[in-house]
Amino acid sequence: MAFDLTEQTLARIDQFISRYPQKRSALMMILHEIQKEKGHLSLESQEWVAEKLGLTPIQVREVVTFYPFYREHPIGKRLIRVCRTLSCALNGSYRICDQFKQEFDTDLNVISPDGRVTIEFAECLASCGTAPVAMVDDDLYESLDEAKVKALCDEIRANTAAWAAEPSATGAP
Amino acid sequence: MNEDLKQMTPIPKRTNLHPLERRIILKHADDPAYDTSIDCYERHGGYAELRKAIGEMSPEAICQEVLESEVRGRGGAGFPAGMKWKFLDRKSGKPIYLICNADESEPGTFKDRQIIHKDPHQLIEGMMISAFAVQARLAFIYIREEMPHGARILESAIEEARARNLVGENILGSGYSCDLVVHRGAAAYICGEETGLIESLEGKRAYPRIKPPYFPAALGLYMCPTVVNNVETLCNVKHIVGMGGKAYAAIGRPGNTGTRIWCLSGQVRNPGYYELENGRHTYGDLIHTIGGGLLEGRHLQAVIPGGSSAKVWRAGERFTGKLKNGDSFDWGIDDVPLDFDGPMAAGSMSGSGAVIVIDNTVDIVEVLANINAFYAHESCGQCTPCREGSLWMKKITTRMANGGARREDAELLASIGDQIAGRTICAHGEACAWPTQSFVAKFRDKFEAKAEADPEALRTRAFRMV
Repeated sequence: MAFDLTEQTLARIDQFISRYPQKRSALMMILHEIQKEKGHLSLESQEWVAEKLGLTPIQVREVVTFYPFYREHPIGKRLIRVCRTLSCALNGSYRICDQFKQEFDTDLNVISPDGRVTIEFAECLASCGTAPVAMVDDDLYESLDEAKVKALCDEIRANTAAWAAEPSATGAP
Repeated sequence: MNEDLKQMTPIPKRTNLHPLERRIILKHADDPAYDTSIDCYERHGGYAELRKAIGEMSPEAICQEVLESEVRGRGGAGFPAGMKWKFLDRKSGKPIYLICNADESEPGTFKDRQIIHKDPHQLIEGMMISAFAVQARLAFIYIREEMPHGARILESAIEEARARNLVGENILGSGYSCDLVVHRGAAAYICGEETGLIESLEGKRAYPRIKPPYFPAALGLYMCPTVVNNVETLCNVKHIVGMGGKAYAAIGRPGNTGTRIWCLSGQVRNPGYYELENGRHTYGDLIHTIGGGLLEGRHLQAVIPGGSSAKVWRAGERFTGKLKNGDSFDWGIDDVPLDFDGPMAAGSMSGSGAVIVIDNTVDIVEVLANINAFYAHESCGQCTPCREGSLWMKKITTRMANGGARREDAELLASIGDQIAGRTICAHGEACAWPTQSFVAKFRDKFEAKAEADPEALRTRAFRMV
């Protein structure tokens, strides 16, 4: 099956390339755009990017594997990132993280059994004055406590469909 | 401002300013009626300095004002920005680039977030003045991935500024052209190191480059002369042009000019960001008077004065010595001047302005274990001492916090730290070694006592930081 992207993504990619004096500089922005559409960066997508930028596939993959945000495998529909670093930890972020895990009956760095979320620890999210904090996809949630985490998890469950009883053949949601 | 943009300002406004604050950079940011649109910015006098700079001043004159302002970099190293610009190789014939370092990642730091989310045009104005001053052909904002709304706010703001001919071709009819591009990182701390950032911007792994020869001022982005400045530093340039370098230098104290946005966090009553005139206050003022002091019934154990890589201070510690001007000093933590030179004299640094307060309820060994986990995760892996050493320090301190401490651990940790600092390409070596070296030196009794602690109690503890 050919690797394809939406018209919109393709247009954004061409726009990124035109912004930089050297094509290769557009690599990270392109990877962001593709990961946003596909959820992760398959080897197929990496080969497509390499061809697009005139790079070797390994030049793309060494970037994908270096930066923690790029993923080669699918994750849950929503990404929960709990800040693990000092100011958040001093204010109970490990407990907050445990609560998220219990709410979705899951462990760190795996897709939850209902397919809704993947929970990760993040390193300093730069909002230490409102610790503890977490991000759900693009949004930051500050000054978390047990009640706020509960409300947030309820909100995620209400707005994110669970997998059907059986995961689809591809294993992706 | 459209509704979409309002949605993009998810961080709350703080309207209860402390009376000791002197707000220049964050003058408007927390005004509830102030938004991120260009109309609002111009209504508050915005872009007047860019018009003045491009219309009435030569690039050399702007550089001279910045030099005279003595403004020091707000990203961590505190290097004078005017000197940094002076080092720029202008004779190479190659294009010059300006990069704004918005990779705000040093644990404890959250000041640039306020500027980007609440007053993006101030940064754009500061950047365009700086770009004109160094005659940059193109400018970039390298923003960390974890601020996706911030990146969108900046992109919208740049579009607005471009539509008014403040960014892009033939700016304000001057014949000077410079575009501004937002580039997003992907969750790697090392991209805050300027040469790592440059590699990242070139579409590569963010492996820092060795200096010499790769000083960005000569061999930066695409091997061209490049200036990399922090968000807050670039905003200051706008105000330096507005009031003049000498008037700016009168704020604060000599060698520590202007205001600074301090980030107070950890176990303190009123954490937050506070813009204060340099050198007019002390760490005691920040922690107790402004920050409200410690929580009920607790007492101070330690302070990290400038981001988690800064060397720790132990409660009760005294600092003595002679200042640059020959005066002798004898300070407790509360007496250390809140500026660049104060914490340096007290054996640490102000770094990125992030002050982390640690009280007596937590295990200091576990605090170090938490910090070590960060630096081990963020080592880029190029240099063996840092790659291996940061991981060993993390493993040893985690084992200690979890009930497996041995008496010789303190000595072992110190020796690993000593073998990293000064032996790596970039300052991440120091950043990961300084916490271990300073925690072990200052809390040696607690590290050694760990071996006598009840392992079962540690294994089953309720509160964890690793």
